[in-house]
Amino acid sequence: MSHKVVIPIGPYHPLQEEPEFFRLYVEGEKVVDINMVIGYMHRGIEKLSESKHFDQVAFLVERICGICSTSHPFAYVNAVEDLARIEVPGRALYIRTIIAELERLHSHLLWLGLAGHFIGYNTVWMWAWRYREPVLDMFEMITGNRQHYAMMKIGGVRRDIEEQHIPALKKTLDELVRAVDMFKGAVMDDPVIHARLKGIGILSRQQAIDWAVVGPTARASGVNIDVRKDDPYGAYDKIDWSVIVEREGDIFAKTKVRILEMYESISIIRQCIDKMPGGQIDANVKDIPPGEGIGRVEAPRGECYHYVRSDGTNRPIRHKVRAPSYMNVASNKVAAVGGTISDATITLAAVDPCYCCTERVTVIDKSTDHKILNGWDLIKLSQEKTENLKKSLKV
Amino acid sequence: MSIKEQVRETLAGRIIDWYEHAPRRIYISIKPQDLKGAVSSLFKDLGLRFVTASGQDTTKGMEILYHFSFDKTGEIFSLRVLMEDKKKPEIDSIAPLFVGAEWIEREMWELLGINFIGHPNLKRLLLAEDWPEGKYPLRQEQ
Repeated sequence: MSHKVVIPIGPYHPLQEEPEFFRLYVEGEKVVDINMVIGYMHRGIEKLSESKHFDQVAFLVERICGICSTSHPFAYVNAVEDLARIEVPGRALYIRTIIAELERLHSHLLWLGLAGHFIGYNTVWMWAWRYREPVLDMFEMITGNRQHYAMMKIGGVRRDIEEQHIPALKKTLDELVRAVDMFKGAVMDDPVIHARLKGIGILSRQQAIDWAVVGPTARASGVNIDVRKDDPYGAYDKIDWSVIVEREGDIFAKTKVRILEMYESISIIRQCIDKMPGGQIDANVKDIPPGEGIGRVEAPRGECYHYVRSDGTNRPIRHKVRAPSYMNVASNKVAAVGGTISDATITLAAVDPCYCCTERVTVIDKSTDHKILNGWDLIKLSQEKTENLKKSLKV
Repeated sequence: MSIKEQVRETLAGRIIDWYEHAPRRIYISIKPQDLKGAVSSLFKDLGLRFVTASGQDTTKGMEILYHFSFDKTGEIFSLRVLMEDKKKPEIDSIAPLFVGAEWIEREMWELLGINFIGHPNLKRLLLAEDWPEGKYPLRQEQ
């Protein structure tokens, strides 16, 4: 196979939020191959981490991702606490859990909105983001920031959740349950959504294992893994909740997993509020001994994995970060190939890569090697497909 | 039989060092030439999930940790290999065994200069195309 001529829109373009680039090779309507180019956002954070002292690294890794910004520092502090065998105060564990679950809520709502947009349901987009807003307000109330909360520190958390915050938090959760009910109904009962998402972009169970995918992408393919259950951290082992697993592996299953997970998150936060003990929120860690530690966190997109090694100085000598999308995005190779181009945007978005990666899509006709469509065209194509389905189903 | 015992039995004769830092954190040192067989046993026979691999430039040589997770019990088994030849580190690729290891080996190849023998597609993943050849940013001399 030789594909000579490529006229790329992107990876850098004023319309695009993040640089990442997919080349889809198509024959007629069918996607026959996909080539992913990443690395535009490689900032050398692992190397940078070697030049920061242990406390600074938590702030550094918080900047890896703007959406699940607490997952990386959370995994990092878990790793250092594993390394140095630090006992974290109970109250801090509960606060960490609340922050992590609030983050899952806003992240899943964000994905739901974008997924709606890609298949032409702009109302879902607006509503999902409207209900994401109060979650961000909760972050602002508790941490002072809507993103990059800087809550995690080695040995505890930086800020307490105060008594006066609890009523507003509870009220937001109550409203959110009703919103999730609405989204669940909208997705489960809509024949057009069924037609658009069922049987599309399938990742089989064996493929999920071979590509070593994680998070909702794995759980929608029948792989029952969730770090919160398997290797509990924070307060997850003291809370009653369940892992959502679906078998089909298509986009509908991935959507269902994320929607149902929101109920679990809300329930986890409610239980944390009730069970949270009083007392210290920080173990006041001074020195980090030589050694190595592994910390992991179930981020909204799956397992976030940090490995830290110390030689006894105040800086890590090696810090390895593996974000969940690293495993999930690669699996697009099987999920998207064989489908049609009108399903490509939603398939690529279904693993919830750091959002809007699909706008970096270029479609190349294999017979002529010419670029024929770009990301916006693809979204339009996908939205038109929904419109046509609506007409044919008369809804 | 617990998974720890199974891993110990499967890797019998190949373990140089077995270290349990915590109940669910196990580090196992093996020889580089035993790696591919060991990974195959863990991944295919025992059903461990491949998490990632982390390469490191140490004073003794180039080291890689291959992290595997047994999700039923939450244990992490990290296989440690050391390549003493720091100038030209080489090891068998595990990407032919399962596709999930392809990207991370490409990453270690470009950032640490470790050659993965038998990798199906060893080219740059993260670094820019105009990054100079033979400069490996995660090596200590950089």
